[in-house]
Amino acid sequence: MKNIFKITYLIIFLLAGTFQVNAEEKVDLLKTDWSFKGLFGKFDRVSLQRGYQVYTEVCASCHSMKYVSYRNLFEPGGPEFTEDQAKAIAASFEVTDGPNNDGEMFIRPAKLSDKFVKPFANVKAAQAANGGAYPPDMSVLAKARSGGVDYIYSLLLGYEDAPSGVTLEDGVYYNKYMYGNNIKMAEPLSDGLVEYNDDTTASKEQMAKDVTTFLMWAAEPHLESRHKMGFKAILYLIILTILVYFSMKKIWSRIESEV
Amino acid sequence: MSDHEYVPKSKFGKWFNDRLPLLTLASHLTDYPTPKNLNYWWTFGGILTFCLITQIVTGLTLAMHYIAHADLAFESVEHIMRDVNYGWLIRYIHANGSSMFFLAVYIHIFRSLFYGSYKSPREIIWIIGIIIYLLMMAAAFMGYVLPWGQMSFWGATVITSLFSAIPFIGEGIVNWLWGGYSVDNPTLTRFFTLHYLLPFLILGLVVLHIWALHIPGNNNPVGIDVKKPSKDTVPFHPYIVIKDVFALLMFMIVFAFFIFYSPNILGHADNYIEANPMVTPVHIVPEWYLLPFYAILRSVPDKLMGVIAMLSAILILAALPWLDTSKIRSAVFRPLYKQFYWILVVDVLILGYVGAMPAEGLYLLIARVATAYYFIHFLIILPVLGFKEKTIPLPLSITEPVLGDAPIASAVKKKESLN
Repeated sequence: MKNIFKITYLIIFLLAGTFQVNAEEKVDLLKTDWSFKGLFGKFDRVSLQRGYQVYTEVCASCHSMKYVSYRNLFEPGGPEFTEDQAKAIAASFEVTDGPNNDGEMFIRPAKLSDKFVKPFANVKAAQAANGGAYPPDMSVLAKARSGGVDYIYSLLLGYEDAPSGVTLEDGVYYNKYMYGNNIKMAEPLSDGLVEYNDDTTASKEQMAKDVTTFLMWAAEPHLESRHKMGFKAILYLIILTILVYFSMKKIWSRIESEV
Repeated sequence: MSDHEYVPKSKFGKWFNDRLPLLTLASHLTDYPTPKNLNYWWTFGGILTFCLITQIVTGLTLAMHYIAHADLAFESVEHIMRDVNYGWLIRYIHANGSSMFFLAVYIHIFRSLFYGSYKSPREIIWIIGIIIYLLMMAAAFMGYVLPWGQMSFWGATVITSLFSAIPFIGEGIVNWLWGGYSVDNPTLTRFFTLHYLLPFLILGLVVLHIWALHIPGNNNPVGIDVKKPSKDTVPFHPYIVIKDVFALLMFMIVFAFFIFYSPNILGHADNYIEANPMVTPVHIVPEWYLLPFYAILRSVPDKLMGVIAMLSAILILAALPWLDTSKIRSAVFRPLYKQFYWILVVDVLILGYVGAMPAEGLYLLIARVATAYYFIHFLIILPVLGFKEKTIPLPLSITEPVLGDAPIASAVKKKESLN
């Protein structure tokens, strides 16, 4: 037995060492308190609505969100705009539909059933307008980066002047949290960039938090019902497990008394 | 637990059973004499059956909404996640289900290793189990490709490219597997077909696995044969069934935590980026359950030798009943084997860890040492140990340790003096 312990200690020591080495390479992400984390985590409605505003006024000029529909905006568990508000939002965009009975394509205002209208017709057009870089689709972005929402939040606030000795190419910016520190997106947020309808001050941090919350919802629109169902399911399982445990004891007592 | 043949009570039952003895089978399954000293490590067989059925049921449902096409697969998965009723639940059960399946199978395999369940007369059960495990890995790998994310695409590229290591015909085989000159739509459609097929093959093998088990009966923690069935065994139903259900429920609680509270923690973030043949991810990593073998593959400098090492690491398990020369099954009575067993467990965990890390520097060195040890364990330590090891005297029967009688106490003392 003693040998096992010795060897185990040695291994833990070795592993701890390698973890240490690994940890040094990483930059610690900025943390903020997300309302949607935890067992009962829910989205902050108002934050989602503000986040939508930031997305649509700032991000949407380059970033598409092709898997989200306008109807999602009033569905439960999301920003929960009223249906009329969502209709009005949709109607402010134009989509190409058709062909009609004359065989012509036509332009009409978007409906609730339409997906979010894309800023560019295709990837090539997006690249051409953005110095060769493709602004990623934002539908599942919050799940598509390691570090998730913390990473996106950090990235939005991670713009810095390049350290001395680092020269940046034209149209490339320095970001503390970006992989390789070079990013082709100019700093998107600045204090007071959008004008919130409520009394919230549109600080950089506030906007970053709101828009990241919105992105999380876009990536995981059923998060709230998942958390609710999870709690019920696990509670049910725990109670059932306890009941089965006592049944098991009862059944096995027949044998143990026999022996 | 009656030894005499089952006779149905009703007339129809008898008529039916004479033509198709389903009732006899049912009676055999419920009465099946099971050693009464089985511990919770033995409940994973039932848990694995549950996992397989869960994967098949959720998989069938997903297949009704999924579209196996390179341009539509990723979108159809998002459609499932957003617009299909409870689609997110079904997909998260299926995705995390594969991880839970492998977690259970690893516990099941390591239980066999500890208690020597692979030894005579259970070699065939063991070998069928290894084939099931191989098919599981194939099914899981192909399933991971279906969402057509970045890791799907590049994982498929890396793994299928391994076949190019085969001399002369390698390139041809790879093109044949791909159905073209790169991983593309033909690869996706055939992977989908095979991913649909394999679970049913596994199901068939599971039937054989259980059939083969019911010939000699279960091994048990003491590792000695049943002497007196009336004393040493209990009928499968209700004793083992209720215990299996209890363990399964505990397992489901863990499972539920993953599904509802961290459904993506076992996956890779890059798989939420649609597959793009023009952009290679920084690190291409397989799913966690394949990491130990991935580490073995990368620890050998030569590609062909790496592939051979990786395959042998799995296939060597099939030869285990003959590599382990000890007649004593349970590690409880093999003080030295017990130590080497735990070293092997740690070794495999280390391999899993370095498999997730870049293959360079210290990681590569650790991977090489761990790979070498893995093979040394099976090829040198196990065969030699059977001859050299001083084992602890076995109890007379299964009931004896259950009762905690005097003879077992003396065995414990002897064990202490050995340390």
